[in-house]
Amino acid sequence: MAKIWYRYGPVLVLALAIGAFWYLAAIALNANWALDRAERAGKTLGAVELVQETWSQKKPRLPAPHQVANEIYKTTVLKKVTSKRSLVFHSWVTMSSTVLGFAFGVGLGVLLSVHIVYFRVVDMSVMPWIIASQAIPILAIAPMIIVILNSIGISGLVPKAIISAYLSFFPVVVGMVKGLRSPDKIQLDQMRTWNASNADTFWKLRLPASVPYLFASLKVAMAASLVGAIVGELPTGAVAGLGARLLAGSYYGQTIQIWSALIMAAILAAVLVNLIGLLQRITLKRMGFVR
Amino acid sequence: MSDNTAISARGISLTFETNDGPVHALKDVDLDIERGDFVSFIGPSGCGKTTFLRVIADLEKPTAGEISVNGLDPEAARMNRAYGYVFQSAGLFPWRTIAGNIKLPLEIMGYSQEEQEERVQAALSLVELDDFGGKFPWQLSGGMQQRASIARALSFDADILLMDEPFGALDEIVRDHLNEQLLALWRRTKKTIGFVTHSIPEAVYLSTKIVVMSPRPGRITEVIESTLPDERPLDIRDTPEFMALSHRVREGLRGGHQDG
Repeated sequence: MAKIWYRYGPVLVLALAIGAFWYLAAIALNANWALDRAERAGKTLGAVELVQETWSQKKPRLPAPHQVANEIYKTTVLKKVTSKRSLVFHSWVTMSSTVLGFAFGVGLGVLLSVHIVYFRVVDMSVMPWIIASQAIPILAIAPMIIVILNSIGISGLVPKAIISAYLSFFPVVVGMVKGLRSPDKIQLDQMRTWNASNADTFWKLRLPASVPYLFASLKVAMAASLVGAIVGELPTGAVAGLGARLLAGSYYGQTIQIWSALIMAAILAAVLVNLIGLLQRITLKRMGFVR
Repeated sequence: MSDNTAISARGISLTFETNDGPVHALKDVDLDIERGDFVSFIGPSGCGKTTFLRVIADLEKPTAGEISVNGLDPEAARMNRAYGYVFQSAGLFPWRTIAGNIKLPLEIMGYSQEEQEERVQAALSLVELDDFGGKFPWQLSGGMQQRASIARALSFDADILLMDEPFGALDEIVRDHLNEQLLALWRRTKKTIGFVTHSIPEAVYLSTKIVVMSPRPGRITEVIESTLPDERPLDIRDTPEFMALSHRVREGLRGGHQDG
């Protein structure tokens, strides 16, 4: 019992503290509107009424946790997953382009890193562009990518996935370059004494040595990929996806809808990143990296 | 150069260009190593002992001079897999088991699956690690890891074994034990061994030939032929003969310093 408390106690306390802060913030941010309305109706609000009022508005500045939880419950459990108002449906749309973009990004990142490590020219010529690419705000180029791809007949999942890939390849390049360069001089000299080919050195030394670095990058890449997918959904005209829910919510001032989409995005990110973490633990254990 | 010569060096020089001007790592090194010799290279740091071993192994190119390894130039000898090289640290791949590590050079050299297994087992028992093939490197002590790296260097049939301070990072007790094992292994396999060390007792205990080197520029100051018998129990180190040899090596090292 004590063991369980030591393990989960701090997490629980922190979660409760965040919840309490959220409720207090909701009172503070929504109080003005509640007081205004009461004044116009010629009423005065007691402390208890004021609190009740700030936690139950239809379009609050900051919805209270239970309002968001209720909205998520209504739009996931109570809606059919095929419904356009189902958050499960929208999460699925966002997740598909996140995962597809992640796959593109990881593929591109690994490919680039191998070339950077093996060809000095690529290192010198491409690396500055890779860094520059990440200095551009994604919001600025996402609409252009969508428009350009649309004009050549590519629409739907792929353009969003490409925006995801744009964000997710970078951490993979950085991590993999470091990983592929991680073998020390002794290990490289050893391969030379055995007259190992470049292919042998790559497959038997550099690639396995880079695996721990790759996994660290994959976690960052997955989170970046989700951001990319959501940003990619904004300029598509708010058709589907968590990004679309965010945009639609902000058109109509539906703050509860915005917050539920945000929370769903956070849950999605947590699930995806933890999946990578699980894969990481299994792989590294099997490879003998974990003691 | 007779048929019995494993390594022959004539006028080997190696100069590294650095920002502080040229560094003469080796200057005019002449040396013949017979087949079956156990040759130790001893000297203070910067005397070029490791560099010379690396020249033999074709890990460095000399700037002047001639060297042959098994009658070939070092590059051809390396391509022929003429030698096994044991580095200062075991350098085992952490994602491979001990058996997997020993198998690595065999995979690269294209041995059949069956022969790989056989050779791994043989190499493991040569260094008395029979039961540890399935373990990962981190599960072994430093001494055992270094033995595994020796097994790896022995797994293919190179008749030359080059060792660069292989026991330098180990404690005295483990080191004594490994020295004994290495001698037994050398007597059994009759390989030619080049062994870099900075320990006088280690050099005297192991070698048939002790090459004393000195720095700035790196060169050979003396080659001492050992008078000890091939059969050497650890307590041979308390005999007057051993002491006398140690004294000669020490004098050689001191002499090198004076004119250096």
